[in-house]
This record gives sequence, structure tokens and C-alpha cells, in this order.
Amino acid sequence: MIAVRQSTLLRSLAIVVAAALILLLLSGELSAYRQLQLAEGTYFFAVLAGLTMLIGLSGQVSLGHGAFLCVGAYTVSLLIADEGWALAPAIAAAVVVSCLIGLPVGAAASRLRGPYLAGATLAFAVGLPALGDKFPSLFDGENGLTINPPAVPSWLGANFSLEHWQAWIGCVGGLIVLFVLLNLYRSGLGRSFRAVRDDEIAAALCGLRVGRMQTLAFVISAGCAGLGGGIYAAVLNLATPSAFSLTLSLSLLTGAVVGGLGSLTGAVWGAALLVLLPNWSNDIAHSLSLSGNVSDNLPQAIYGVVLIVVMLAWPSGLQGGVRALVGSARARWGGNGGNEAKRIESPEGGGEK
Amino acid sequence: MTKFIDLTLNGISTGAIYAAVALALCLIWRATRIVNFAQGAMLMITTYIASAVINSTGSYVIGLVVALAAGLVLGAVIERVVIRPVENAPPLNAVIVALGLYTFLIAFAGMIWGATPRAFPAAFSIRGYEIGGTRVLFAPNDTFIVLVVVAVALGLAVLFRATPLGLQMRAAAFKPEVAQLLGVRVGRMFTLGWALAALTGAIAGILVAPSIFLAPNNFDPILISGFVAAVLGGLDSPPGAVLGGLILGLALSYVSGYEGSALAPLAALVILVLVLMVRPGGLFSATAERRV
Repeated sequence: MIAVRQSTLLRSLAIVVAAALILLLLSGELSAYRQLQLAEGTYFFAVLAGLTMLIGLSGQVSLGHGAFLCVGAYTVSLLIADEGWALAPAIAAAVVVSCLIGLPVGAAASRLRGPYLAGATLAFAVGLPALGDKFPSLFDGENGLTINPPAVPSWLGANFSLEHWQAWIGCVGGLIVLFVLLNLYRSGLGRSFRAVRDDEIAAALCGLRVGRMQTLAFVISAGCAGLGGGIYAAVLNLATPSAFSLTLSLSLLTGAVVGGLGSLTGAVWGAALLVLLPNWSNDIAHSLSLSGNVSDNLPQAIYGVVLIVVMLAWPSGLQGGVRALVGSARARWGGNGGNEAKRIESPEGGGEK
Repeated sequence: MTKFIDLTLNGISTGAIYAAVALALCLIWRATRIVNFAQGAMLMITTYIASAVINSTGSYVIGLVVALAAGLVLGAVIERVVIRPVENAPPLNAVIVALGLYTFLIAFAGMIWGATPRAFPAAFSIRGYEIGGTRVLFAPNDTFIVLVVVAVALGLAVLFRATPLGLQMRAAAFKPEVAQLLGVRVGRMFTLGWALAALTGAIAGILVAPSIFLAPNNFDPILISGFVAAVLGGLDSPPGAVLGGLILGLALSYVSGYEGSALAPLAALVILVLVLMVRPGGLFSATAERRV
């Protein structure tokens, strides 16, 4: 136990193994539809975890992460459809390509602050998918690229459904991101990111290369988004320019902030929100049997209102709300939670100021 | 050569509209340090109101006046009800609230007016002027657009530079606590900033509506261009917003005209990145002092 507490590597490994066991058991119990939702949740988690690290730990905002999801999905689709690669190496290649594209973007971003960074990344999110329209021969223009769904391995038995397999693929990807980021949060690099976030000049005086740290954080988070894009291609088997609109980038930011910035648990909340909230609001809208225009638009209206209400009720996101609830419960019933409360920054708890 | 002149004229009139949206964003940024992503949806609502009034009364002027009044009220109400609680929260919270507001307003418009695009009347003829036997891509309505935007920009400049109210607004934005100590009603100034921004946005909406048709989502590209223009010029500077709008309008007009409209978003990205690499705070940014 002590070894697990003291070694970051063992600790993250234990968390990842526990999460894997839960997901393994859970995915078998779900219906095919829910399994598909789980798979969707995993690619959202991969992107949100990277984004929440970028915003919460490194203090940079990006409105353009949908573009990296796009890069990942297109890389995987192109490699599988045209080059006949297997899924796993194709997703690995998607991570590499996203990191490579993230490098110049991150280098440019490290010079910018606040709304100017937001503006530049927003233009990136709008501009990049336009490439798909400009080179229709390579990216098949508006129609996008279609790939065959990943084949279910025979050793899983004949009854193992495609959705179940896709959920597993997604979970493996999500767990890889979780493992890398858990380690990053507690590593020297993670502490350097925090130092740069809290005070750039002081960090520079301590010998940290501020620009380099920010670029690196951007590249890592682009890589996570690229992996998310790879899972996206494996789950939806389709990559079109219109799927990676600005709306997607903005809803990713929404997921990260509403989940709770800087917190990996918050990224789980955010991913669940992005997958489930549109469904719930749809169900509510259709159960009310209203007239055409109203019921068509009610889900969106509910979505908007929920965003506003969550931000007004829990300024530090859902994870902040959960933490406050747990904290007040501990205060009421005493218990030995004192040590936990005193810990300043834990990866799950988040590094948001 | 004719094509070049056409594209230039077209760029000036679209640039004027970008400039108006950029001015609206700039007003809100100066007042409350919030990038208002709901601006596009807000001006969509006021334009729908204008359309409804014009249809029922038959008068463009009445529609215009009602829309401007609606803009003032909408801006003030939004600031008071949903923005005030997040003004002291982390900056991204206000962005998410604005995005929530945007989603809600789009859905709201869809509920009331439906998704079918409608035509919106232009104030003046949209047939281009005839110069020396050739028709140029610049109509009396474009003159109207440019003149209105120039008037709005000048009006705001006079308000901020030459009136006591403008001075109070600048003080409230610059140092809220100090301004409050000196008797400025800071909260009221913030509300006023939002109201003025919504008014400017309403003007932009009415000016652009004839050329894009009226539908809940049709104003999104205008907001994006307006935001890029504002960032280009420096969010703190109204002259920067106007210049940024013109630069972007001209550049996008040339790129769409010569290379096809698919490249326009990419061109906007390239211009923005080039400008921000040289001046990270926009063209009109003041040199910021950094302290440990």
C-alpha cells in the first residue's frame, strides 16, 4: 500500500486497472445502444482530458480542439481505407500526426493570451476543416471518408457484438490517455506547467522556458485529441468536414468547463454530459407532445439553459459541485477526511486555482 | 481590373458589417472583459423583431427603431440576469454562459419563427451603380451600410471621448473599485456597455440581413468574422475593430473572388496568425507592462 501511495507510476497504474475492471464489467451489462454511447463517451473523454489539462494545468485556452479531433479521424480513415493499416497502428499514427500539427499551432499559441489565443484557435477550428473542401481528391470533399467498422476478433466468440468491441476499443484509448495524464499531473513536468500557469515571470526566473512549456502542453493535449479522433473514426466509421464544425469545438470547451477545469474526473463528467444531455433533452422534448417548431427546438433550448444554470450554480463545474457536497458531508459527520481535504492538488481533484 | 474594383467595393461593404459586429464585441470586452459569443444570436433576435415589425407596419424606419430599442433592452436584461453573477467568476465561465445563451436564443427563434429562411428588405436599391456604362458591385444600399457604420463608429468615439458618461464608462472598465469610490455607478456602466453593444449588433444585423436571408443560424459566420476582426484590431480598441473589420472584409473578398470561397476561412486564419505573431495583442494594442 505504501509503495502505491508513494510511487506515482504504481498509483496511476492502480487507478487505471480499477477503472478498466469497472468498464469491463459495465460494458458487458449494457445494451448495444448504451455500449455505443459508452464508446462515444470515451472519445469525448480523451479530448476533454487533454483539453482540461491544457486549460486547467497549463492555463491556456483553446477553442480549436475539434480540429485535432478532425485530424485524428481523417488520419485513421485515410490509413485504413487507402493504405490498409490495422486500427491500432493507425490510431498511433493519428496521435503522432496530431502532435506534429499541434507543434506549430502550440508554438504560435504560446505567444498569445486570453481572448487573442481564443480567437486564433477559433480561426484554426474554422479554417482547418475547409482543407477537406479544398482538396476533394484526397479527402473526398463534403462526403468525407467512410471506413469499414473494425472486425471483432474471433477469440471473443461469435456472440460478441460490434458495439461491445467498439466500446472496448474506446475504453482502451481512454485509459491510455488517463494513465499518461495521471502521471503528467504528478510529474515534475506537471508542476512546471502549474508554475507557468500561476506566474509566468516567476517561472521564467526559476529557469523554466515558459514558451516551451506552453507549446509542450499544447502538443500533449493535441495528441490526446488526435487519439480521441482515432477512436471517433473506429466508432462512427465516418469522417466528414461538417462533423468537425466550430460547434463541436465549442461543445468540447463546454464539456471541459462544465465538468470542472483541470480535473480528470471532471473530464468524465464532461464526456457524460456531452453524450447524455442531448439525448435526455430530446427525450423530454418528445415526451411533451408539443407542436412542430417548439418540439424541434426544445432540446437545444434545454441544453442552453442547463449550461447557464450549471455555471451559475457551480462556478467551478460539476466536479467542483461534487467536491463541495463531499466536503460538507465530511464536515457534518466528522470522519478522518482531514488529510484528504488538506491535499492541495491531486490529479482527480484538479489543479484549478 | 473591373473584377478587382468590384471585389474591393464588395470588401468595403462586408468589411463595414464585420466592423460593426467587432465594435459590439469590443464594447462588451471593454466594459466587462467578456467575449460575447451570444452576440450573433442577440442580433439575430433583434433582426427577427425588425422583420416582424416591418411586415406588420410596412415601414422600414419603424422596424429599425423598434429593433434598436429591442437591442438596448435585450443587452441590458442579459447583462443584469445572467452575466452579472459570472462577472467575478473565472473568465471561461462567462464564455460558457454566453455559449449557453447563444444555444438558447437560436432555439428560441426556431420555436417562434421556424427554420425556413425569410427575405429581409434592404433600405435602398441593391442594383449596383452604373459608372461609364458598366455596373459595379456597389449599390446605394452599400453606401447606406458604409455610412451607417461610419456614423455608429463616430458616435461611439464621441460618446467615449467627449462626454462625461463616456468618461465614467471608461473609468468603470479601467479600475472598477477606484471608479466606484469616486461615485461612478459601476454596475450601471456595465449594463449600459452591454446595452450599447446589443444596439450596435442590432444595427449590424439589419444591415447584413438583406444579403444573407433571415434564419436562426444564418448569423453565425458574421459573428465569427466579427470576432476575428476584433481580435485582429485589438479587442480594447474601437478604431482597431473598425480597421480589423475592413482588413478582413477586403481580404476575404479578394480570396473568395480569386481563389474560391472554400479558402476564405483558411485565409482568415492565416491573416490572423500573421498579425498576432507580430503584434500578439492585435494591431492597436497598447504595450503592456508586466510586473513580477
